Amino acid sequence: MTPELILFYLFAAVTAAAALGVILSRNPVHSALCLVLTFFTVACTWLLVGAEFLALALILVYVGAVMVLFLFVVMMLDIKVVPEREGFAGYLPAGVLVAVIMLVEVLGLIGMERMQKIGPVVDAAAAAGFSNTEWIGRTLFTDYVLAFEVAALILTVAIIAAVMLTLRKRSSVRIQDPAEQAATRKSDRLRLVDLPKSVAEKEPGA
Amino acid sequence: MISLGHYLALGAVLFCIAVAGIFINRKNVIILLMAIELMLLAVNINFVAFSTFLGDAAGQIFVFFILTVAAAESAIGLAILVVLFRNRATINVEDLDSMKG
Repeated sequence: MTPELILFYLFAAVTAAAALGVILSRNPVHSALCLVLTFFTVACTWLLVGAEFLALALILVYVGAVMVLFLFVVMMLDIKVVPEREGFAGYLPAGVLVAVIMLVEVLGLIGMERMQKIGPVVDAAAAAGFSNTEWIGRTLFTDYVLAFEVAALILTVAIIAAVMLTLRKRSSVRIQDPAEQAATRKSDRLRLVDLPKSVAEKEPGA
Repeated sequence: MISLGHYLALGAVLFCIAVAGIFINRKNVIILLMAIELMLLAVNINFVAFSTFLGDAAGQIFVFFILTVAAAESAIGLAILVVLFRNRATINVEDLDSMKG
């Protein structure tokens, strides 16, 4: 047992416990906080094998942005805790059965001899004389630059979609529409009326 | 010595926990979204493990893109959830049966 392996088992245990906390917790806020712990611990396991850039990106993107969004929505929606859990016991046996069968199958595959031959960690970045971040950056901006641009486009579409979905038109609020203001014509606003002379003299100022 | 199998086993455990979470949390959409995030994380663990143990950068690049798409997915999912709650005043999956599916 090397210190690395002990640390890995520790992180793995915390990851599994926190993931169980996500799905078993009664309170959605507790679930979100357990998910934060899961992401953080998985980032720690990635650091153990030298995937530094992704570990820090996971913490920054998920713990910093996505989970804050989750917590924000959970707290804003004001969900009642108890009624959401009525079907809990009914689906528990089926869910656990499927999950355990899947786990046994996958672990059986992992235990095959072919898998044992792969390893130990190949530090390809250090072999090429780069840090992990530089290694990823060089690959990302040469072979995968088109995919990178598409990812940026996807994020832009997601921003616009999220804003448009939650945008609410309120009839009570008066807002300016600059396009309508710029496109307006004299004929829309001004109407010249021919008044007979006698009417104009009879009611001055009317 | 940490081997590839350790990481694959961790990913498998996480994925199965997430599947069980989708089964037993059939009522709350937010927990379902969180379970999907857990699944994506399990897949990411596998990608990172194979990438580092085989010395290939493609796996870590792919994790980068999965993180991007997952962030977009959760942002849109939560936006839909907010609109849903505004219109129906519930996020209980059983109440959302207006399409009679």
